[in-house]
Amino acid sequence: MFKYFAHTKADIEKMLKSLNIDSMDDLFDELPKEVILDSDYDIPSFMSESELRSYFEELGNQNKELTLFSGLGAYDHYQPAVIDAITSRQEFMTSYTPYQPEVAQGTLQYIFEYQSMIQTLTGMDVSNASMYDGTTSTAEACFMAAAIRKKDKILISRTLNPNTINVIQTYLKFKGLEWDFIESKDGVTNLENLKKKLDNDIAGVVVQNPNFFGIIENYEGFSEIIKDNKSLFIINADISTLGVLKTSYELGADIACGECQSLGMPVSFGGPYLGYLATNKKYVRKMPGRICGYTNDLEGNRAYVLTLQAREQHIRRSKANSNICSNQSLMALFVTIYLSIMGKRGLKKVNNLSYQGSHYLYDKLIETGKFSDPFKKPFLKEFVLETSLSHDLIKEALLENNIFGGFSLASFGEEYENLINFAVTEKRTKSEIDNLIRILEGLS
Amino acid sequence: MSKILKDLYYSDDHEWVKVLENDVVLIGITDFAQSELGDVVFVDLPEEGDELVQGNEFGAVESVKAASDLIAPISGEIIEVNEELAAEPEKVNQEPYEAWFLKVKLNDSKELDNLLDHKAYKEEISE
Amino acid sequence: MIEYNKLIFELSIEDRIGYSLPDTKFNNYNISDLDEVFLRVDNPDLPEVSELDVLRHFTNISNKNFGVENGFYPLGSCTMKYNPKINEEIANSRNFKRLHPLQPIFTTQGAFKVYYDLQKILSEISGLSEFSLNPYAGAHGELIGLMIIKKYHESRGDFHKNKIIIPDSAHGTNPASVVVCGMEVIEIESNERGRVDVDFLKETVSNRDDIAGMMLTNPNTLGMFEDDICKISKLIHEAGGLMYNDGANLNALLGKVRPGDMGFDVMHINLHKTFSTPHGGGGPGSGPVGVTEELSDFLPNPRVKKMDDNFYVENSDEAIGQISSFYGNYLVSLRALIYLLTLGKENIKYVGRYATLNANYIKNALKTVYELPISGNCMHEVVFNGLINKENDVKTLDIAKRLLDYGMHAPTIYFPLLFSQAIMIEPTETESLQTLDEFINIMHKIAIEAKETPDKLKDAPTRTPIRRTDEVFAAKQMIFSYKDYLNYIDKRDN
Repeated sequence: MFKYFAHTKADIEKMLKSLNIDSMDDLFDELPKEVILDSDYDIPSFMSESELRSYFEELGNQNKELTLFSGLGAYDHYQPAVIDAITSRQEFMTSYTPYQPEVAQGTLQYIFEYQSMIQTLTGMDVSNASMYDGTTSTAEACFMAAAIRKKDKILISRTLNPNTINVIQTYLKFKGLEWDFIESKDGVTNLENLKKKLDNDIAGVVVQNPNFFGIIENYEGFSEIIKDNKSLFIINADISTLGVLKTSYELGADIACGECQSLGMPVSFGGPYLGYLATNKKYVRKMPGRICGYTNDLEGNRAYVLTLQAREQHIRRSKANSNICSNQSLMALFVTIYLSIMGKRGLKKVNNLSYQGSHYLYDKLIETGKFSDPFKKPFLKEFVLETSLSHDLIKEALLENNIFGGFSLASFGEEYENLINFAVTEKRTKSEIDNLIRILEGLS
Repeated sequence: MSKILKDLYYSDDHEWVKVLENDVVLIGITDFAQSELGDVVFVDLPEEGDELVQGNEFGAVESVKAASDLIAPISGEIIEVNEELAAEPEKVNQEPYEAWFLKVKLNDSKELDNLLDHKAYKEEISE
Repeated sequence: MIEYNKLIFELSIEDRIGYSLPDTKFNNYNISDLDEVFLRVDNPDLPEVSELDVLRHFTNISNKNFGVENGFYPLGSCTMKYNPKINEEIANSRNFKRLHPLQPIFTTQGAFKVYYDLQKILSEISGLSEFSLNPYAGAHGELIGLMIIKKYHESRGDFHKNKIIIPDSAHGTNPASVVVCGMEVIEIESNERGRVDVDFLKETVSNRDDIAGMMLTNPNTLGMFEDDICKISKLIHEAGGLMYNDGANLNALLGKVRPGDMGFDVMHINLHKTFSTPHGGGGPGSGPVGVTEELSDFLPNPRVKKMDDNFYVENSDEAIGQISSFYGNYLVSLRALIYLLTLGKENIKYVGRYATLNANYIKNALKTVYELPISGNCMHEVVFNGLINKENDVKTLDIAKRLLDYGMHAPTIYFPLLFSQAIMIEPTETESLQTLDEFINIMHKIAIEAKETPDKLKDAPTRTPIRRTDEVFAAKQMIFSYKDYLNYIDKRDN
């Protein structure tokens, strides 16, 4: 007897009898004898519910929740209580892909609303139902560009987060596509270098805004020369910042992609998060992933369905442009609820509060004389500095005060070894920021 | 029972070819093909000026639950694309032999000999 | 509140707010200080609604969904088992979900222990050497597993090995993953027993040196165990290829047999199927990839390693590369570990047995009215080919829709592609005999209705929040957002 199995001994006997067999093992008589297990797995014994609670509480206590002053793809924004209340409803949490639209309008409708919100934030025509994360959505955007342009090479700006670059490279390498880098200058993508590298083989050009250094790049002139070259412009952006910054569409993007973690998702030790992907309507049939569309039922009621499925792997099989068969649906619900709660004002305010806090911190750190800015470019909530202090010293001193911040970018590669990262969201209070400054001021 | 017209050429891939004059032909899909696909929602076609090569893929027809590649029945240069199908793909279901996809100038009219006549095509689809 | 049909945007009233944010503390700064070249011109069209508006809206639309706690959910190939509440309670603890993936590793040792222990347990259960939990989903796992196979051949200089054999019963993700990985598919037909034809396979691989491997789901998508599996593995290995196991159907094997012991070199496991993590309406899932010792250097970065009692992270040049931002869908992995420790070695061995017993019980009870294309014991799921009595032209779709009227979710339909009226039923081990009997009764009732009142089936469903949908309209109109919708209404009414 066990709580997740309903069968009693009598039930089992009744079922075996109906099948005319003596033992459940008879059902497995086609399995090769030589590989049938003759003992239990070598794994731990079961735990009762209260034992589990204590076990994981103890494990959890081996972790330390820190005040977060670094970002790099995972930001500590506030999560309205409403999100957990709604996303934990079993109707949303335990259902599967909406294959039967008659009993899945809840899921389908929030996907439609999610797509609408990504549409208005990016300014693009159409968003899909979501991808695994920002790195894979960017890699799939590159595949999409290659399929649309029937060309094999992607240009990647050096100012992308190295995690994103790594994932793009892995995807391209195995697919048999090529890539090259656009060098950076003073912390931003170098337009001259882009011009030099654009040639007939280039299917797409990928940039990130705000970039790996937190800098808001100026893309004036980019989309024109990319379009002149018949390549596609792919812009990766932290979606939260599009509440205030120029939209991907306004910057001339053909494909918009990136991470949505900043819209209501806890940092969760790296996942689950969600990647968005949006494009022009003329490219929709080359877009990976699910798409939800509006329709009617046979009585004329509003309805939502998965549509344009003839693009996807379950129909196209080896001819599909992508192998993705799910979305991060529940995380799309996080995004939809978050953006419903924040609305147009709230999202602007979040960005403004983050802007104010990060600029206050930035100015104060520069004032200490121990930090300098190698780039001096506009930023929003995240920035990098050089420092005369040892990176380890900073790390240790902050950790003693339960702070994670001033993250050394050295672990991302030698070229970044002098840089440290700070991020400030609306959650960071003035006293937290002042405390951080005081600790760093005291170091030498 | 699918409709088959007598004066057309047919391919194994369920496309028809109609000779208009000398070396100019129209290409579409057969009644059998449209009924197998169901409601056509999109026809993906190449552009005017593109070249077709007999046996190569040149586009796709999409219904709600299926997608079928279009295989060029003949080689030649595309001189016109039926733009109406973009707005009214249902024409492919309603009048498969009127709803032509491409008007093509043949490279070599001998290639027509590789295609089936209506009798052979009838046999093909009754198999 | 089934009639509720508003979009959140339609509740919007200017100047209404639902958020609570702190007051500005730094008045010297403002985002408008940024050069306007960087700022968006218009505000995004997001709704302006109150907190209660939001709650009512989503609660109302949630009522139009069917979840595992609503009723029987026999969706074949998806393993819709019960998703335990204790998993959710623990996974929601701030000691896990408030961890930044880049914070110093000695502040996240508990989190790494979860990762490490789960990969250990998965290795033992699958008979493989090591797992990476970084892949986000089943299809993602397939792609990562294929990358490992490709990398293995390349590391030996075998750049020409680029063909992957796949049975025609496979999930569509298999061939799609192969192509995305830059390899080619050789599809082989199943035999009349619904299994791989060993002689045909032998012929296929003979005299070729470009076989990179074979992808196989076992039990396969027909719910049948590939009983020649050991011979198949041997053939592929002799041809210089590796065996990939699509772990979608692992549930059937728990406690009975391990993929590694059957000759598989690489596999993915769907934690959202076999290990009870919620499907979330289509994600987030998790698709850990496991390999034999020989292949473990190729697992994706970053890797979680253990030395003495300490966990650390390693990035290796031999790896296929990085395939995710960080450590995959970490909180999903955490749920799977909680589930595995809830079961323990004492209970997990019954999962495959009960799942298989339940499927065979259904098969036996329905085979008199539904066409069973392949006889013999099935494993955790059973595939029928529509009704035996085809006279009223009642289709599998009609049967599925009628089930919705009776308060049960429909099985998977029209998959696998081998049978034109496929209906694939997977009951899972968490369902009781009473639930199975109820389902069987309804399926019999539907068979009678098909004979006596077929229109009832063709009209079904009638008791659901909406009726059958117009999919042609959706594909032609392409209304993908509220903006598209407003444009459509505008055009329609003018």
